[in-house]
Amino acid sequence: MDTNRRSFLKLGGLCALGLGALPVVDALGKSDLPQVMNNPQALVGKRWAMVVDMKKCWEKGKPGCKDCILACHVTHNVPDIGSIKEEVKWLWTEPFENAFPGQESQFLPTEVMEKPFMVLCNHCAQAPCVRVCPTQATFKRADGITMMDFHRCIGCRYCMAGCPYGARSFNWKDPRNFIKTELNMTFPTRERGVVEKCNFCDERLGVGKIPACVEACKDGCLHFGDLQDPNSEVRKILASHFTIRRKPELGTDPSVYYII
Amino acid sequence: MLDRAFTGSQRYYRLLMGLLVFMGLGFAAYLFQLNKGLTITGMGRDVSWGIYIAQFTFLVGVAASAVMVVLPYYLHNIKVFGKITILGEFLAVASVTMCLLFIIVDLGKPMRLLNVLLYPTPNSILFWDMIVLNGYLFLNILIGWNVLDAERKGVPYPHWVKPLIYLSIPWAISIHTVTAFLYAGLPARHYWLTAIMAARFLSSAFCSGPALLILLAYTVKKYTKFDPGQEAIEKLSIIMTYAMIISVFFVGLEFFTAFYSQIPSHMHSLVYLFKGLEGHRFLVPFMWLFAALAVFALVMLLNPNTKRDEKKLKIACVAVFFSMWLEKGLGLIVAGFIPNPFDQVREYSPSIPEIMIALGVWATGFFVLTVLYKIATSVKEEVA
Amino acid sequence: MKIYNANKIIPGLIIFLGLITFPMWYNMGKAAPPPEIKFDTPVIQQMAVKQCVLPKADMRTGHMQLLNEWRTQVVRNGYRTYVAADGKEYNMSLQNECIKCHSNKTQFCDQCHVYAGLQLGSVPYCWTCHIAPKEAK
Repeated sequence: MDTNRRSFLKLGGLCALGLGALPVVDALGKSDLPQVMNNPQALVGKRWAMVVDMKKCWEKGKPGCKDCILACHVTHNVPDIGSIKEEVKWLWTEPFENAFPGQESQFLPTEVMEKPFMVLCNHCAQAPCVRVCPTQATFKRADGITMMDFHRCIGCRYCMAGCPYGARSFNWKDPRNFIKTELNMTFPTRERGVVEKCNFCDERLGVGKIPACVEACKDGCLHFGDLQDPNSEVRKILASHFTIRRKPELGTDPSVYYII
Repeated sequence: MLDRAFTGSQRYYRLLMGLLVFMGLGFAAYLFQLNKGLTITGMGRDVSWGIYIAQFTFLVGVAASAVMVVLPYYLHNIKVFGKITILGEFLAVASVTMCLLFIIVDLGKPMRLLNVLLYPTPNSILFWDMIVLNGYLFLNILIGWNVLDAERKGVPYPHWVKPLIYLSIPWAISIHTVTAFLYAGLPARHYWLTAIMAARFLSSAFCSGPALLILLAYTVKKYTKFDPGQEAIEKLSIIMTYAMIISVFFVGLEFFTAFYSQIPSHMHSLVYLFKGLEGHRFLVPFMWLFAALAVFALVMLLNPNTKRDEKKLKIACVAVFFSMWLEKGLGLIVAGFIPNPFDQVREYSPSIPEIMIALGVWATGFFVLTVLYKIATSVKEEVA
Repeated sequence: MKIYNANKIIPGLIIFLGLITFPMWYNMGKAAPPPEIKFDTPVIQQMAVKQCVLPKADMRTGHMQLLNEWRTQVVRNGYRTYVAADGKEYNMSLQNECIKCHSNKTQFCDQCHVYAGLQLGSVPYCWTCHIAPKEAK
């Protein structure tokens, strides 16, 4: 065969392309069995959301009920550091004026002003924490959950500066010694030096269970579902009740709604 | 050229030893922090950044201010700055070194630092800050070293240095702009959410940096045979005066917007800083000291005779530097977290180990600065 | 040829060599016993075919890559099930799957890690977050 420079270069180019495609061929060739897959029981959604029915909570809940908080913190081995300064919390209560600063007014019903509001990570659609994280250690999953990757977090706390809801806690010291509840052997603890927050129980959704707090509330005040699914429970509630969200004016598009 | 760092007077070695002591103390405190976690600092869940990040922010400004000698010399051919550019560039090297160290000591997981490179994230300003700061560090080392080396050999510096010098000018602006963007783009923090943040940063940088540079130039003049030149110092003090006026003006703008609009969230941090909020007034004396020093410095600097009187100019420079440090290296970062997202006031004050670590980093920076200035002045003495 | 300052350079070199070879001198004659990995947990003993997710040789050399790949799939991609070559499905979890069989962390993980000089609890630091199985001492 007569080979001139031109045809040699063409052939070389093709070969190089072929080499580049090798991993693709490799991947396709091996795929008689899926290497990894979703648990068939897993709950799937496009944008998980929560509706907190505070009205029902105040009316029906026994006074001082903390079932949801306890369930959450036990499930996720959340430590009880015992100081306001270094507190770690995933789900907790705040008075109205603190949960919704700037919305309080002098003459609100005393119930609203005095009763506690459940607060947690809002799993914002436009999450500032995700935007600022320099390592994608906090990131958005396809199902809308704002997730933490504890293995990757460098502990710069930029996400804490970015979160308008104070939903993020840093482990200022080793949290292991401060887990006062019985250890949940199926979920890890954290190490000092990383940031943590509510994960909408992704580990439970992955095996077909609803979030621990929703399950724990005996009065049915917490509703969980897919915001993108018009037939979901949360969408039905949102269509029939007036709800508010925390600091919607910041454009973060929170996924936690409140009925008052 | 490096050998000139090893041959010096007794005083030079004593200074280095003194700095080493502080570095050692800081390092010991850092080992303590590494072992116990950031719990040993005064930071907490509400004020989650403290003096480390505040020092970092302030020092980015000092680093950026090298452009105030480089730009007039290379773009406007103001010859008197020729002798002083190397001092500006080496000050930038030392400052960026401190900046990077302050970031590292602030990390909860410093061993994972390289994750920033392993998982590059262009939507994070911190990623860009890492790029511009490291770039600026290398630019200044390359430029300063090559220009000085050429001067020592009595030859023109290599032709490839010139484009780098031109690049370093916008680059200096970029490091402080990007650092301002770290704060100015956060929806959560009203005090930082201001379009003039980068402008404020640059103006305060261009007064605090030259103030330090003037003080250093006088020190160099006193202890070595190298004279940076009175004219350069006077020109620098004019730059500093304008930057200081603009800087104070910008602080005034923040006050106007906050208090004329009467939007509570915009007023809260300023009220906390200058009057105290809900009975918490830890920073109030510091901020009034800032105000007093700023006014004092302005009164001094607006008098044209000050810049010709070494003693008065030095006092004015100390006032400028310290007032800007209080404003930016203390108040600005901390007050961004006060009140917290729940509209509560949780105060911050640094702990002893935290201050020791910060002092250790400052000592490290001055150690680098001393060595670099020793090399520069030795070369200057030789060629003179 | 003459070496300048030989009286300083040569002793300096000797001290330097002595220092960098210090670990060898220090450990001389103190051979650490080779690791004995134990596979005899109750669960493994009951298995008809004693087979991990990958062949033994691959697990020995590549378990850290596999674990890293698993954590990426679970944490970042949301996949939780791993399908092995024989079609068997596993829950990709160190804490909930691996230690079901290898419930003897001190006899299994630590044996090699300690032998290799990886300090307990530092590198690899799996167990500072993941909860180690309870073992009878």
